[in-house]
Amino acid sequence: MTAPRDKVLREDDVVAELRSGMTIGIGGWGSRRKPMSIVRAILRSDLTDLTVVSYAGPDLGLLCAAGKVKRAVYAFASLDSIPLEPHFRVARQAGVIEDEPYDEGLFLLGLQAAAWRVPFLPTRVGLGSDLLMHNDRLRTVVSPYDDGETFVAAPALELDAAIVHLNRGDARGNGQFLGPDLYFDDLFLRAATGNRFMSVERIVPTDDLTKEGSFHTLRINRVMVDGVVEAPNGAHFTSCAPDYERDEAFQREYAKSAASPEAWDAFRAEWIDIDEAAYQRKVQER
Amino acid sequence: MRTADICVLAVADCFRGDGELLANPIGTIPMIGGRLARATFEPDLMMTDGEAMLVADDRAFFGADDPRTIEAYNPYRAMFDVVWSGRRHVMMGASQIDPYGNQNFAAIGADYAKPKVQLLGFRGAPGNTINDTTSYWIPNHSTNVFVEHVDVVCGIGYDRAAALGPRAARFHELRRVVTNLCVLDFESDDRRMRLRSLHPGVTVDEVVAATGFALVVPDDVPETPVPTDEELQLIDEVIDPDGLRYTEVKS
Repeated sequence: MTAPRDKVLREDDVVAELRSGMTIGIGGWGSRRKPMSIVRAILRSDLTDLTVVSYAGPDLGLLCAAGKVKRAVYAFASLDSIPLEPHFRVARQAGVIEDEPYDEGLFLLGLQAAAWRVPFLPTRVGLGSDLLMHNDRLRTVVSPYDDGETFVAAPALELDAAIVHLNRGDARGNGQFLGPDLYFDDLFLRAATGNRFMSVERIVPTDDLTKEGSFHTLRINRVMVDGVVEAPNGAHFTSCAPDYERDEAFQREYAKSAASPEAWDAFRAEWIDIDEAAYQRKVQER
Repeated sequence: MRTADICVLAVADCFRGDGELLANPIGTIPMIGGRLARATFEPDLMMTDGEAMLVADDRAFFGADDPRTIEAYNPYRAMFDVVWSGRRHVMMGASQIDPYGNQNFAAIGADYAKPKVQLLGFRGAPGNTINDTTSYWIPNHSTNVFVEHVDVVCGIGYDRAAALGPRAARFHELRRVVTNLCVLDFESDDRRMRLRSLHPGVTVDEVVAATGFALVVPDDVPETPVPTDEELQLIDEVIDPDGLRYTEVKS
């Protein structure tokens, strides 16, 4: 008898699989259901020169502030309740990161193209806008059919690694979202050629998944996942409905840390240069 | 009656004639105005709760546990299906907008690689404007926002659409720009922005002074309609009982 694969890992095991220079997709949306415990582990690591592909929030901001980002592939960077991502702004305005902008739907098509293993998907999105000027990867394509129209060819956003955070999962890599929106977490996982990691609030027996929510919520399956991390409160300080809402007070503190290098150093010393268990203890004590 | 109430009605009027499609006004006063349109003259509009649900309620804003009538589930992925199939009229904001309605909320400054001010990003503006009717809401009409040339074209204007040709741009329509001073549209010969109506008490000179390019100004500019007592009561008691509209436009 061969036993089924057990994919349970810790955050540091995930980081050990990643390499500097990789293109890493991060699931969630803005400041919602971000795999923050894995992001924090990356912040503590020696990894550098990352290309970050994200519907971006504090994941991108923190990685920028810690000097981990070579290139941002994104459609927006927002903390939702705070409209603009402050650390991303600092990095952009200093001109220290490469910028690869997308429309948020064009970005979806790029992930979809990678997931379907085709080089591009055609769309009207981007025509006439400055995306074609500022994103040097974007090209157009002429329809081979009678209409002969010109479209934007959304390039496949192939990922070397993908990290997402879900509400529940099992040890084999099946995942479940219980909140209002899956966002594009499934596409991030499918767009990655390997290193597909999912953290979850709680690992449960497979039998219990449909007790947690209807079968419609089982949108991540084990063919899409190489490793599972149990990370209670792992999306903190982003929201992870219905398990918890965004920690707005903490997010405000995070945003203030973009005010100066000194403010960031203080935030970093207090919240980044500690391990995940210590971080979660401190959050509980707040 | 305050300016915010007049803006609410002006926003509502943008959706007149839209029938059964997804009205997607983004922002506080836009959300209230969209609800007013549905509650009064466009009953078939569909509208979001600001996240993943389409709701039938007249109330504009909900707390996490407030009951609501969900008509449909519309997560982000479904929203792109709506947008790309042409069943939406969106109202967006703009950090800059030019005479032809080119819009920017990505970055300010001449050097895109090192912008003076990094803003949101392109968000959904390119896809929205090439696929669906778009209107804009500008709560702070000023020469910082209304500029001769935007630094980055996110949402495309009529000159960019014309350059694409009639086929590629056949779904492009910019309907209105509503501000705290006036209502603007593009119903001029060359599709440059035109002054459509002035909010009560605002003069043409004030609008011209707050606009960084030459507007098309007709000889007679009507006054923006103001809400009736019934409409005001509906806004006050049902749609926006907490008065959030006054936090966006204070006068």
